[in-house]
Formats: sequence, C-alpha cells, structure tokens
Amino acid sequence: MSDKNLENTSAEYKPVHTNKVGGSPFKGVVGWIDNRLPIFRMFKYEYLDFQVPKNLSYLWSLGGILMICLIFLIVTGLVLGMHYKPSSSEAFESVEKIMRDVNFGWLIRYMHMNFASFFFIAVYIHIFRGLYYGSYKEPRQLMWLIGIVIFFLMMATAFLGYTLPWGQMSYWGATVITNLFSAVPFVGESIVTWLWGDYAVGDATLNRFYVLHWLIAFGILGIVIFHVIALHIVGSNNPSGIEPKDTRDTVSFAPFTTSKDLFAMLIFLFAFVIITMYAPNYLGHPDNYIPADPLVTPAHIVPEWYFLPFYAILRSIPDKLMGVIAMVSSIAILGLLPWLDLSKIRSSVFRPIWKQFVFLFVLDFFILMYVGGMPAEGIYLLIGRVGTAYWFLFFLIIAPLVSLIEKPLPMPNSIHEFEQWKKQGKIKTFKLF
Amino acid sequence: MLENNNNSEKKNRRDFLTVATTAVGAVGVGAAVWPIVNQMSPDASVKALASIEVDLSKIKEGQEITVLWRGKPVFVKRRTKEEILNAEKVDLKELKDPQPDNKRVKKSEWLVLVGVCTHLGCVPISGKGEYAGGWFCPCHGSHYDSSGRIRKGPAPANLEVPNYEFVGDNKIKLG
Repeated sequence: MSDKNLENTSAEYKPVHTNKVGGSPFKGVVGWIDNRLPIFRMFKYEYLDFQVPKNLSYLWSLGGILMICLIFLIVTGLVLGMHYKPSSSEAFESVEKIMRDVNFGWLIRYMHMNFASFFFIAVYIHIFRGLYYGSYKEPRQLMWLIGIVIFFLMMATAFLGYTLPWGQMSYWGATVITNLFSAVPFVGESIVTWLWGDYAVGDATLNRFYVLHWLIAFGILGIVIFHVIALHIVGSNNPSGIEPKDTRDTVSFAPFTTSKDLFAMLIFLFAFVIITMYAPNYLGHPDNYIPADPLVTPAHIVPEWYFLPFYAILRSIPDKLMGVIAMVSSIAILGLLPWLDLSKIRSSVFRPIWKQFVFLFVLDFFILMYVGGMPAEGIYLLIGRVGTAYWFLFFLIIAPLVSLIEKPLPMPNSIHEFEQWKKQGKIKTFKLF
Repeated sequence: MLENNNNSEKKNRRDFLTVATTAVGAVGVGAAVWPIVNQMSPDASVKALASIEVDLSKIKEGQEITVLWRGKPVFVKRRTKEEILNAEKVDLKELKDPQPDNKRVKKSEWLVLVGVCTHLGCVPISGKGEYAGGWFCPCHGSHYDSSGRIRKGPAPANLEVPNYEFVGDNKIKLG
C-alpha cells in the first residue's frame, strides 16, 4: 500500500542531486580530484583556454606584477615577523638586529621595504591605465570599486607597517595619521585614545598596529581574489576600448599574454633589484633610523613618497576637519568616476579633449607629490591649493562636461580593424615601451 | 492543513518569537562584542600613571622645560613680563579660539601647556613662529602665541592646558 502511495506522488517531485561530482575534462588522478574539487578545470578554463583581447599592451601586465608584489611582500613579511618584536622598548633594536645579525636579514628587510614602494609604483600605473583606457566603464564598474577598496587597504597596511621599525618618522607619522581621527566632531578625541590604547602613541599602539598590519595584508589578498574573479567575468579591457567580437580579436591567455607578462615582470623586478641592492634606502627617510622620541618632533615630517599627493591635499585645506575630508574624498572620488564620465567610449585614444585632461591629471599627481614633500608655506601652499582644486574639478566638472561636449574621433568596428588602422597610421596610440 | 481560526493566533505567536529572539540575540552579540572593543582603551597600568609632580625652582625667567606626562610632552614656561603683557593685551576678537590669558594660567608667570599641536599631534617648537615667546608647529605650520593660543595655521584650538595645581610655591602637580 505504501509502495503504491509513493508511486502516485512521485510525479509531483523533481529529481534532486545534492552532489555535483563529475564533469572534469581531465582523466586519471587529476580527473578524480577535479571531479570532486574543480580546481584543475578552473585553471584550464580561466587561464589556459581563457581568451583575451590580442592588442593588450604592457600596461596590462601590471595586474600580474601587483600579484607578484603582494606574494613577495607576504613571504618576506612572514619571515621578518619571525625576528621582529612589537614592543616600544624592543622594536627598534630588533629591526637593527635583523639588519646586522639575522642571516640575510638585511636582504629580506630591504626587499620588504622596497616591495612596498614598488607595489605603489605598480598600482599607480595600474590606476592610470584604467583611467586612460576607460576600464572603469560598463561593465567593469564593480571591478573598479573593488580596486579602490584594495587601494585604501594598501594605504592602511603601508602606514601600519611603516610604524613598526619605531623610528622617528614611524612614531610621528603614526601620531599625525591617528590624529586625523580627532577631526571627527564630538567623539574624535575618544576615538584617538581608543586607537592608541594610551594617551599618546605608545607600546599598546605598536602592538596592535603589528597585528593589524598582518590582518589587513591578508585582507588585501582576499579582496584581490574578488577583483580577479570579477575580471574573469567582465573580461579585460584593451587599448581600443572595443569589446572583442570574434577570434580575430583575441588570443589565448597562455602562452601569449603570460609570456608578455613574464617579460614585463622581468623588467619590473630588474628595476626593483637595482634599487634594493644599490640604493635600498633611497625611497625611505633617514630620520627613521633615529629611535622614536615622544619629546622631539622631527623638524620636517614627511610621509612615505606614495602618500605625498594626498598629504599635500590634506595640508592645502586650512581647516582640520575639512582637510581630512578632502584627503579621504580625493581617493574615494575615484569610485564615482564610472557615473561622472558619461561618455560611452572607453579609450582616450578616441577622446582628444578628455585625453589632454587625463595627462594634466597625471601631471597634477606629480606636482602634488612634489608639494607634499615640501614645507607647507608660501609658494608650495599656493601650488598645493591649485593642484587640489584641479584634482576635484577633474572628477566633478571636467569628466561630465567633456563627456557631453566632446566630439570623439572616428572609431573602428573591432579590435582587428583597430590594429589595421594603427598600422596604416590612422590612429596614434600611447605606448609605454 | 491549519484551520483558519488558528492561523492568526499562530501568526502572533510566531511574530512574538521572532522579535524576542532578535532582541535577545542583539543583546548577546552586543555583550560579546563590547569586551573586544573595550580592550583597546587605555588599560589599568596606563591609567595608574595619571599624575606627576614638577619642581619649578630651577626654571629662570624666560626659560621653559618639557616633562613627559601620560606619554605626552608638557611645557612648563616661566614667562617674561613682556610675554605676559603681550598675551594679556590681545584683542579676543582676533582669536580663532577666544580665551583670555588669565583663564589659561593659575599664576601669570607660569604657563603650563600640553605640548601637542591641536592639529595633528606634533610637538610645537618653542621660540619659533611669528609670535614672540610662542610656539611653531613644524608639521603643518601652526603658530601659537605666548599664551599658547592658536593664531595662524590649520590647528583648530589653543594648546591644551592640563589639569594641575600648585602644591607649594615652587612645585606643581600634573593630573
């Protein structure tokens, strides 16, 4: 009877599979694993078979280079952590011990220091690439936003890491930056005391900064994975800004793009090795080899070079709270660009007016960087203010306005036509090398 | 199948359970998170070092010493007559953070200040800047006068006067 009941009702139910075992394109042990944990097929589909636009320039190698930087930073950081002591009485000495006593400690620390700088060099070129070729536009807006989150986290990690050697610049940099939070109305002072765990930057502060330096570093790794997953959904942009249409427009990621990326990495690492071996402290500040002294502020506090443009923006506003807001929004505003630039055309190659403003923006970045390293007075203050004004005008006024009034150049229909036009000299493109 | 007259009763019971569970859950999460947040505040040993005494007898007129209190520098300055006069005659309307000099000192000769710029926490340099007998912050260019009041630059407020009292003619207690 019960059998009959089952028979009658089974037509109302849909079949169900609670497992998805199978479907691997591989055989043998690899296939057996891949049927249960699809990492091999993911690698095959997303890296070996993955199609990318055939005209990617070296500017598209920065993503891979950044990944290499992050991995090297984590590895060198891990081994530094085995020798470093996060206490205000021991930190400076333990770093000196790493430099003098630990086997290859000098090399590992110099690599960690300089990879941080080179990470920023690469990320700035990477952001420029996105800006110039309109990589932030439909459908890549979310990737762009994730990228900005990564950039914020990078800045946080770099700042926390710079505190750890407990030199004069570490100490006073930490003091100035944590004091930014005191600009918050009403609760600012309490927030700062809470961040410090003391009434000034001290032992408790250093200890927690060490932990957070690790935490956020791995946070970056996690969010980078989102960035890459999103990339594999929306696909790479390319110098023409035109989406690939057929196989004439694309190549396989491996071996074409991978070999190009490897060559770019080689050049990048070559520059890195030159700096690390011959001028390891060139990108740092000599005052950080003076132990932290809470009674003496260095005559001229400067952050690391990669923070200078934003530091210049902070200093160009005479009001404390507004200065902090301006500094944070100068980066956050990048996130609005996909909705401020109304032009449907991605690549600046076809946007003669916008292109000029983008180059001016790059110039502005370097001017602000220069001003950020100079004393905040006289002519530097004036230049800093003009630079800050352009920074915000660029996003808020120029981007929407140019996208409305600009007449774009004639465009090819596809990437392979774009390449033909280039050969015929009909298009001038930006080349890195 | 539920009967109709049971439905509304069941629904009320379910709503009550949802609200009650959410409320208890929220309190529980709050109770679990609070220690994790609060552990970051200054601990007992930091709070225990809250007050110190400073001997003033060796400070001559026009001189200034710096002592460390709660991890911060404190300036103790014996002002000259001219500096006191300059500080007192300032028109309060000129000031960003208006405060008369006599509200900032207990004895006009002695000026006690937390030596931390109210902008971003650097230590201002004594005797520098545009105001005689004042301070200048090298980080972002704030100028303080001979009463420690902000006169020019990005700092929003005057240098803080810490809690202190005279415990004898030549001694103060900070905190």
